[in-house]
Amino acid sequence: MERHDRTMGLLSALPVLLVLLLSFAAPLLVVLAFSVMPPKVFDLAHMPDFSAYGVLLSQGYHRSLAWALGTALASTILLFLICWPLAYAMAKVFKRFTLVITVAVVITLFVSENIRLFGWVLTLMKGGLIEGHLRALTGMSFEGALYNVPIIIFGLVYVYFPFMLFPLVQGISMVPDDARQAASDLGASKWQVFWEIDLPLSAPGIVVGSLLSFVLAAGAMAESKLLGGQAVIVIADEIETAFTYGQNWPLGSALSIVLILIIGSLAVFGVSRVDLDSIMGRGR
Amino acid sequence: MQTGRAARIALYLYGALAIAFLYLPLVSVGFASISKARYLSFPIKRYTTQWYGKALESHTVNDLLWTSLTIAGIVTVVSMVVGFFGALAFARYHWRFRGVFQKLILLPIFFPQAVLGLALLMWFNFVGWIPDWKSAVVAHLVWISPIATLVIAIRAYSFDPALEEAARDLGASTWTILREVTGPLLMPGVVSAGLFAFLLSWGNFPLSLFTTGADSTLPEWLYAKMVSGYSPLVPTVGILSIATSLVLLIIAYGISRLLRSGRDRRQQADG
Repeated sequence: MERHDRTMGLLSALPVLLVLLLSFAAPLLVVLAFSVMPPKVFDLAHMPDFSAYGVLLSQGYHRSLAWALGTALASTILLFLICWPLAYAMAKVFKRFTLVITVAVVITLFVSENIRLFGWVLTLMKGGLIEGHLRALTGMSFEGALYNVPIIIFGLVYVYFPFMLFPLVQGISMVPDDARQAASDLGASKWQVFWEIDLPLSAPGIVVGSLLSFVLAAGAMAESKLLGGQAVIVIADEIETAFTYGQNWPLGSALSIVLILIIGSLAVFGVSRVDLDSIMGRGR
Repeated sequence: MQTGRAARIALYLYGALAIAFLYLPLVSVGFASISKARYLSFPIKRYTTQWYGKALESHTVNDLLWTSLTIAGIVTVVSMVVGFFGALAFARYHWRFRGVFQKLILLPIFFPQAVLGLALLMWFNFVGWIPDWKSAVVAHLVWISPIATLVIAIRAYSFDPALEEAARDLGASTWTILREVTGPLLMPGVVSAGLFAFLLSWGNFPLSLFTTGADSTLPEWLYAKMVSGYSPLVPTVGILSIATSLVLLIIAYGISRLLRSGRDRRQQADG
């Protein structure tokens, strides 16, 4: 039986591994190779140099990287604060309503992200749903709420809401009610229960949720383009520009490699600390 | 530990507010799609459904629909198959590299999609494949087949290996077991993974952006129109695309209800 499990495991892993090898690992290697090519070449038959990384250091790309990581961090913290009470209620308080919220949130995931962001543009612009009705009803007016940094963070919070919410719900439902009951019987305050029981015991969900939202937000560009109107340029935007208008694949590749290294090390670090079997099913 | 009455009401209100927050922009898109004015401004004065007629007549929109449908259809079938086996390796079998495999599967999900799209574009260029809708299928699969694997894996965790062992003891071959025992047991997971795969591919924008070449999907076309200025067709086509997803979800839900009630009836007849 043991031997059977071993060969079957490997065999059934093969198809998805093949997909990942051919269309995930191989492209990343090509990006790595292009990042050490001289400027503005479109094939790999050149002597490697590191000029693209030099340009990256001297041209102030650290600013767009900082904007991307900063807005991602801000939105992750906000998401945690916003999602925690809801996730707690979905795991411990709501009964049927949990299903309603779950279905409602999942459905939004299936609507293209740019349609939803476009909807916010229509809602928040001058003459949009909010300003237009406010003006018609009260005569007051304001200059629309778009094209600044806070609205970019707002957009990130909106788009990555499910990616924080669901892991948190999963994490909190792993906290045994007995432990909370016992702590509170022994005289722990609500705050102490939260700090000493809920938070540490739901840590796997918190790690996965925060990691997902941070990583996805750091590599996002639709929010800053559609809502932010290029108020700031984020790193993913620079990467796209380098590939398209700039026609400089090596520079775009070098920028990608920097972003991939930051995001990749975070993701690997986080994922290696989490026991997937216990989160996804076994051990409950 | 009981939550107080006031706190419960507050939490329910908070939940309702969260749903409102998620759907408010779609309400705006909905209103915009039936506004008569060529340049949108709220509050809307005259309503019309003419933009829907215009969108459905347009050849461009029809082409986009077909491209998106073809890509999503192929992605669905492939991810269901790949995800079925992937989930077994993820959750069912105990093999040496299972822990590594589980983490490897997550990496593409944690990856910025726009960067992945660009990386794929360079890879296609490297192997000499001129991108068209077929290369977008490959791009979608990188991200969607791991998700399908996870969705089916949740089902595979709740699965009792003793059932397979019993079948083996009775002399069934590995293939027969997969077809007669494992397959039917995981089927609900496979169907929801297929649904996820279709809808995620249908709505995907960042992966398609760089990998469709001269072809274009619905979300790509919408984005191009959004950044180049307002067109009344944008909200209309957006709503049409959402409506397609909703119809599919309702059909899937209806089928699953029918199957379940059919099974219950059969069980009652047997019992």
